[in-house]
Amino acid sequence: MKTLTKLQLSLATVVLSFSVLASPGVQLEEAKTDITDTASLQNGAKLFMNYCSGCHAISFMRYNRIGTDLGLSDTDIEENLMFAGDKVGENITTAMPETDASDWFGGTPPDLSLVSRSKGTDWIYSYLKGFYADESRLFGVNNHILENASMPDVLWSLRESKSEDAFDNDVRDITNFLDYVGEPAKLVRIDLGKKVLFFLAILFVLSYLLKKEYWKDVKYGMWRKRD
Amino acid sequence: MNNKQNWIDQRFPLTKVWNEHLAEYYTPRNFNFWYFFGSLAILVLVMQLVTGIFLTMHFKPDSAQAFASVEYIMRDVEWGWLMRYLHSTGASAFFVVIYLHMYRGLLYGSYKAPRELIWILGMVLYIALLAEAFMGYVLPWGQMSFWGAQVIISLFGSVPVIGPDLLVWILGDYAVGDPVLNRFFSLHVVALPLILVVLVFLHIVALHAVGSNNPDGIEIKKNKDKNGIPKDGIPFHPYYSVKDIMGVVAFLMIFCAVVFFAPAMNGYFLENANFVLANPLKTPDHIAPLWYLTPFYSVLRAIPPMFGSQFPGVVGMFAALLILIALPWLDRSPVKSIRYRSAPYKWALGTFVVSFIMLGWLGMQPVNELNAFLARLFTILYFAFFILMPWYTSIGKTKEVPERTTE
Repeated sequence: MKTLTKLQLSLATVVLSFSVLASPGVQLEEAKTDITDTASLQNGAKLFMNYCSGCHAISFMRYNRIGTDLGLSDTDIEENLMFAGDKVGENITTAMPETDASDWFGGTPPDLSLVSRSKGTDWIYSYLKGFYADESRLFGVNNHILENASMPDVLWSLRESKSEDAFDNDVRDITNFLDYVGEPAKLVRIDLGKKVLFFLAILFVLSYLLKKEYWKDVKYGMWRKRD
Repeated sequence: MNNKQNWIDQRFPLTKVWNEHLAEYYTPRNFNFWYFFGSLAILVLVMQLVTGIFLTMHFKPDSAQAFASVEYIMRDVEWGWLMRYLHSTGASAFFVVIYLHMYRGLLYGSYKAPRELIWILGMVLYIALLAEAFMGYVLPWGQMSFWGAQVIISLFGSVPVIGPDLLVWILGDYAVGDPVLNRFFSLHVVALPLILVVLVFLHIVALHAVGSNNPDGIEIKKNKDKNGIPKDGIPFHPYYSVKDIMGVVAFLMIFCAVVFFAPAMNGYFLENANFVLANPLKTPDHIAPLWYLTPFYSVLRAIPPMFGSQFPGVVGMFAALLILIALPWLDRSPVKSIRYRSAPYKWALGTFVVSFIMLGWLGMQPVNELNAFLARLFTILYFAFFILMPWYTSIGKTKEVPERTTE
């Protein structure tokens, strides 16, 4: 039995070290977003609607859901965030016609509802910061993270208007907002999870005591005498 | 109360069933950690059925709507996200529990006479569960759903002679598309759950007829007192029912930690690529099934095509599954439990566990020269565990098995 346990433990170590050592090709910067930071999410929403939503839809998301989750009233939403839709209950689509998109970019810009789930927040953060000048490209820019991306560097005016730290924070807020858009339930599930685990911890102690009480019968031969 | 009980008992064997399966079902007193997983498997099964019912209320089995309907469940349905995470985490938890449950069988020889039928029913259950999980994974219609279905279903096309026709019959079309999604939905929510529930019932009936094995591998029914009650047995209820409640709560703590804090489990329970809508024109860089299927996927990839056909690999994959059924007849050892087994068996079991885990890990990795070599090596070791079993279980010195349970 001991050899078996040892063998299995050493194997687990080998497998674990394999998966830790295997690193992806492109180095991503850590986004360090905090989904509980409402101010960051609000700023991210504002920036996303101003700089991104012209081309990118987040069609699984509704305007008023953002309002409810980020503490904004319907009028706040209508005045500051709604550029394409008519009603606050609508899904957030883009005003850009598909044929124009194909002419301008060679394809429809992807829906970003789930980009945080398929690519991860570090990828979004690094991608948005990854633009560099490249005259051979249509929009004069290329990207370190996604080579030959057909997207222009839409945040350039933002970058030039402020310090590097402030710009990084803005990109972080957009990333944070997209993380929230990828899974709105994340706002409640982590908090709820702590309560559920607290409840289960108490239940575990009670169930352990119950078991112990019953098993006294077995231990001390009360259910039936040991022979 | 007594009157009411009499009234029912005259019309339905309520007290009889209660006593036979709970209050007077005598269970070995020496169960350890490994014996929690049977009751946990039932818990997970019930949880999958209940959460599945709620998901079915909102899911659209239509290739144009399925992906969006899952996101609708995640966002617009009240508590939909919780139902979905319980279900998706439940699928992986089911296999964690089942693998540990099966390993318990290997450790203590629970498959040996007179429990061969329990083992066979369990193996059929396991295969049905693999099918159920695979079909469930296709339903959200993401990239991995689509391409996973593409890879697995195309295996049937490699069957000699009837392959191409069989493939079209399964697909209901010439490619993976709406008909596959629709029939997988039907099989996933109706056919396979029914089969699973019936098989679980039979598995338990067979178990309760023979009685449970235990970590010493002793038949407690051989030692009965004057009332016909096994001396090393205790009634399942209340002793093991309260113990299992404790196991359930401990399990739920780990389970809920995953559901609430890491439902995607870093891509192991919900793959990143599956958050992208299925696109028949865009093959993902790397197609890997979910972790519980990867050992068999590795076997499939390890066996090279022969005579221009992939069929040998497919046969190998199914053989890797089906060979487990033969276990009761391959094992010649006079003892059941690992505690009294000979050294060769311990080494063989250790090698087997290493091979199974390594095959599982390799199944998630892209193929390169080293990985292909390792997959072949561990495939050979995997099969060697079974093929050489009649030999290595009949050599070496086993320890003497005590008359009575030790704990």
